[in-house]
Amino acid sequence: MSLWLPAATTSAPEVDHLIIALLLISCAILALVFGLILLYVFKYRAGSSIDRGALAEKSWRLETGWTVATLLIFFGLFVWGANLYLRLFKPPAGAMKIYVVGKQWMWKVEYPGGQREIDALHVPIARPVELIMTSQDVIHDFSIPAFRIKHDVLPGRYESLWFQADRVGTYHLFCTQLCGTGHSDMVGDVVVMSNPDYQKWLEQNGASETLAQAGQTLFMRYGCSGCHGGNGVGGSQSVSTVRAPALAGLYGSPVTLADGRIVTADDRYIRDCILAPQTQRVAGYPPVMPSFTGQIGEEDLLKIIAFIKSLAPESRL
Amino acid sequence: MSETYLPHEVQYSSARHQAESAISGMWLFLATEVLFFGALFLTWIYSRHWNQAGFDAGAQHTNLAIGTVNTVILLASSFVYSAGVAFIEAGNTRRLVQCAAAAWLLGLAFLILKFGVEWRDDFAKHLFPGADFAIHGPLGGSARIFFEFYFLGTALHGLHMVGGLVLVGWIIWRARRAEFSPALHTPVIVVGLYWSFVDIVWIVLYPLLYLVGRGP
Amino acid sequence: MSATAIAVPAAEPSYLTDGLTLRSWLLTTDHKRIALLYLGTITIFFFVGGIAAALIRLNLVVPEGLIPSAETYNRLFTMHGVVMVWFFLIPAVPTTLGNFIVPLMLGARDLAFPRLNLASWYLFVIAGIVVLYALFVGGVDTGWTFYTPLSTAYSKGHVVAAIVGVFIAGFSSIATGLNFIVSIHRLRAPGMTWYRLPVFLWSLYATSVILVLATPVLAMTLLLLSFERIFHIGVFDPALGGDPLLFQHLFWFYSHPAVYIMILPGFGVVSEIIPAFSSKRLFGYKFVVWCSIAIAVISFLVWGHHMFVAGTSLYSALVFSILSYMVAVPSAIKVFNWIGTMHKGFIRFDAPMLYALGFIGLFTMGGLTGLFVAALAADVHLTQTYFIVAHFHYVMVGGMVSAYFAGLHYWWPKITGRMYPEMWGRAGALIIFIGFNFTFFPQFILGYLGMPRRYHSYPPEFEVLNVLSSAGATILAVGYLLPLAYLTWSLFYGERASANPWGATGLEWRTPSPPPTDNFDETPVVTEPPYNYPPPELVQRHV
Repeated sequence: MSLWLPAATTSAPEVDHLIIALLLISCAILALVFGLILLYVFKYRAGSSIDRGALAEKSWRLETGWTVATLLIFFGLFVWGANLYLRLFKPPAGAMKIYVVGKQWMWKVEYPGGQREIDALHVPIARPVELIMTSQDVIHDFSIPAFRIKHDVLPGRYESLWFQADRVGTYHLFCTQLCGTGHSDMVGDVVVMSNPDYQKWLEQNGASETLAQAGQTLFMRYGCSGCHGGNGVGGSQSVSTVRAPALAGLYGSPVTLADGRIVTADDRYIRDCILAPQTQRVAGYPPVMPSFTGQIGEEDLLKIIAFIKSLAPESRL
Repeated sequence: MSETYLPHEVQYSSARHQAESAISGMWLFLATEVLFFGALFLTWIYSRHWNQAGFDAGAQHTNLAIGTVNTVILLASSFVYSAGVAFIEAGNTRRLVQCAAAAWLLGLAFLILKFGVEWRDDFAKHLFPGADFAIHGPLGGSARIFFEFYFLGTALHGLHMVGGLVLVGWIIWRARRAEFSPALHTPVIVVGLYWSFVDIVWIVLYPLLYLVGRGP
Repeated sequence: MSATAIAVPAAEPSYLTDGLTLRSWLLTTDHKRIALLYLGTITIFFFVGGIAAALIRLNLVVPEGLIPSAETYNRLFTMHGVVMVWFFLIPAVPTTLGNFIVPLMLGARDLAFPRLNLASWYLFVIAGIVVLYALFVGGVDTGWTFYTPLSTAYSKGHVVAAIVGVFIAGFSSIATGLNFIVSIHRLRAPGMTWYRLPVFLWSLYATSVILVLATPVLAMTLLLLSFERIFHIGVFDPALGGDPLLFQHLFWFYSHPAVYIMILPGFGVVSEIIPAFSSKRLFGYKFVVWCSIAIAVISFLVWGHHMFVAGTSLYSALVFSILSYMVAVPSAIKVFNWIGTMHKGFIRFDAPMLYALGFIGLFTMGGLTGLFVAALAADVHLTQTYFIVAHFHYVMVGGMVSAYFAGLHYWWPKITGRMYPEMWGRAGALIIFIGFNFTFFPQFILGYLGMPRRYHSYPPEFEVLNVLSSAGATILAVGYLLPLAYLTWSLFYGERASANPWGATGLEWRTPSPPPTDNFDETPVVTEPPYNYPPPELVQRHV
C-alpha cells in the first residue's frame, strides 16, 4: 500500500500545496472543536461541582468574531483555489496538441504525426501538452491523478486540458465519469519520456501519414474542395461557383461573423463550422454551407481540422 | 365571526381560522406549480436560444386560430367562475351553480378543441416528433425539439385542466347540496385559485406555442 | 437516568390505544400514527439501501471485484443512491420525528392538513413500490444522478420505472413541506411568537421551504428525461440537437438544495438535544435561527460546484466556488453555538447526547472536507474520486443518520411511552461512531491517491485501504442493527416513561408519554422564551 501519489507535472505540486494547507486548516479547526467538546464534557459534566459562574450576557462579539474569522479564511482559500484553477485550464500558446476521443469503453489517442494508440498516452518531458478531447457517445472524464488534472469529455463538443510533465515515469489514466458497464475498465497508462526517447517512440510508432495528410484526403473525399478549393488553397470565385471563405491561413486568425461578433478560428470553431454551419455564419458570405452532422465521425473530423491547421503559418498553431 | 357555530377541525380555533389556512395552503401549492412549469419554460427558452431557426420552422405549423379561440375560452371560463365566487359571497347559491357549470363547460370546450381537434390534426400532419416527423432537413432536429415542448407543455396543461374540471365539478355538486354560504365557502375560493392558475399557465404557453417565431 | 422519572400506571389510554384495527391505522389522520407508518416504511428502505451498501463494500474487498458482473455492481450503487437519497435521507426526520413532534411542539392538536398528511404517506408507499419494482426487474445502472446521454440513449436499465418512482415520491415531499409551512404559520399556541419557536421547528420550516420550491424542478427534469428516453428526441442529447450540460444544471439545481433538505432537520434535532442534556439555554438562539434560513436561501445558489470539470465556463466556476464557501459559514456558526451551549452547562451522557456529539464531530469533519472541494483547483483533483464519496457520507451518514438516531432516542419515550435500555443505547452510539470512521476515513486517502468512484474494480495498490473500509462497514452494520433490536425490545419490555423523562423544555414534554389522540387536554399558553433552563449560577446555589 502506498500513501504517496507522485506529482509529475509543473502544476501538480501546487495543487498538493493547496490540499496540504486545507488539511492543516481543517486539523486546526477540528482540534479546536474536538478539544473544546472534550474539555467541556469533562469540566462541565453534570456531576461536577465546579463553580460555573455567571454567563456572558452579550454573545454578539463572539458571534461576529468567529463569523468574520471564518469568512476571512474561506475567502483566502477561494482566491488561492480560483487562481490555480484558472492557470490549470489556460493552456500556454504553442502547446503541443494531442487528440483524444473517448468512447465506451476505451480512449483513442491521436498524435499530429498520425501515430495512434488505445488506452495510452505518450508525452515528452518539459514541453507543454494540450489535449483536445471529445466523446463519441456518453460523457466520460479523462483523469490523470499524478498530474492532478481531469476534465469531462462530452459528445458534440471539444474540451481541453493541458500540462507540462516534469517527471519521467508511467502513471494511471482513469475514466472518472460513470459511462456504463465498462467504466472501470476504461483505464490506461500515461507515459512520460525524455525528449530523445519520445522522438524515438514517435518514429517507431509512426503512421503512414500524418493527421494532416490524412485530413487532406478526407477534405477531397467529403467534397470540401468543391467550394473551398482543392490542394488546400482555399476558395474563390475563380475556383467554384460558390463564394466560400478561404481556409489557408484561417486557423488561429480572427473571424467576423454575420452578427458582428469576432471569434478566433480554433479547433472548436472549425468543428462547429463543419457540423453546424448555420451557427457560425461568416460575414460577407452566403449561408449555403451544408451541415455534415452524422456524416463525418469524430476521428475524421480531427484529421480534417488538422489539415486545415496545417494551412496556417507555424506561429499560429 | 357570525354567532352560529361553524364546524372546523380540532387543530383550528375557528372555522375562519381553518378557511384562511386552506387558502394559504393553496397559494403555497400554486408556488410549487410555478416552479414546475417555470423549469419547463426556462428549458424551453434556453433550447430556443441555441436552436432558433429550427424552433421558428416548427412554430409555423401550430394552429393559431384554435390556439387563440382556446385562449378566449379559458379567459372567459376564469371570469365566469370568479363571478360565481362573487355570487356566493352575496348568498346566491343558484347563480354560483350556474357560473361554475358555465366555467366547467367552457373548460370542457377547451379540452375538446385542444385534444379532439387540434392534436388530432397535428398528428395527422405528422408533427409529433416520432419516426415520421414532417419537417426534414437541417432544421428538422431543432423543430423536433420545439414539438417536444409543444406536446409536453400542452399535455401537462391539459392534465391540470382535467384535474381542474374534477375540482369544479366537485364544487358544483357540493353547491347543489347547499353546502356553501356567505360565511363559509372556502372550497369555492380555493378551487377558484387553482382554476385561475391553470389559466395563467396557458397565458404563458400561448405566446410560446403560437406567437414566438411565427413571423409575418 | 434523570430523577424526574416517576412511576406511571401501565397502558393509559393514548393515541396508540385509540383504535386497534388495521383500518384505524391505515385510514388514520392522526399525525402521530402517520409518523409511525412512515417510521416503519423508511426503516424498511434503510435496510434495502443498507443491503446494497453491504454488497458494494463486499465487492470492493478484492481489486478485480468480488461480484463478477460490473453491470450488476453499477445497478447496486445506483439503487443504493436512489433508495438512500429519496426513500431514507430526505423523508427520515421530517416524516417521522417531524410529523410526530411538530404539532406537539407548536401546542397544536394536529397538522394543518391531516388528510393531506395521510395521502403523502400513501404516495410515498406507492413510489417505493415502483422503485422496488424497478429494482427487482433488473435495476438501473446510471447512478442516482441519471446523467445524459447515458441515461437517455445508452443505458439498458429500467430508467423510466425508477424515475417514475422518484417522481411520485416528490409529491409526497411537497405535501409534507406544504403541511409544515402552513402549520408553523397558523397553528402556533397562544403566546408562541416566532422567536419563541424551538429551533427544531425553525429547521423544519427552512427544510420545508426547500422541499416546496426545489422538488418541482426535479419533477420537470425527470419528466423531460423520460420523454427523451421514450421518444428519442430531446433537449439533453447532442446527437439529437440537445445539450447534456442542461440536464446537469437542472438536476443539480434540485439536488444540491436536496442535501440541505437532508441535513437541516438534523441541525434542528441537535439544537434540541444539546440544550436538554446540558440543562442550559441554547447559545445564540437568534443566530442559529437565521443561519437555518440563510442555509436554505444560499443552498439554491451553489449547484454549479458539482460541475467544476463538467465543461461550464471558468467564470461560472468562480461564482459557484465563492458561493459554496458562503454556504459553509452558517453551518460553522451553528457548530460554534452548540459548543457555546455546552460551556458551563450540566452535561449528561445519555444516548441522545452521545449521538448528538457524534453528529457534531462527524459533521464537522465532513463539512471541513467540503472546504477542500469548494477550492476549485483542489476539486479538479478530488472530484469524482472516493474523496467525494467520503465527504458526502461524513455529512449525510456520520452527520444526518446520527442526528436521526439522536432524535429517535430523544423522543422515543414520548412516541412509545417506553424508555429504551440506556446502556445499549450508548453502546450503539459508540459502535456507530467507531465503525463509521473505520469505513469512511480510508476513503479520503483513497480519493486523494486517485481511486475513482463508481468503480467495480480497481488497481491493486488500493486494496489495503479498501479492505480496511469494508471491515469498518461490518462494524457499522452492527451499530445499525443494534438499535433495531433494542428499540423493538423496548416496545414490549422497556420501562414506562413519564411525561418528561429528560427534564427538558418544550411543549411536547408537557403532555403524557405517549400523548392522547388530541395531544393536549387544554391548549397550552406560552409565556417563556425557548430553552428556558435556569442560568448555571442559579442552579448551583440550589445544589
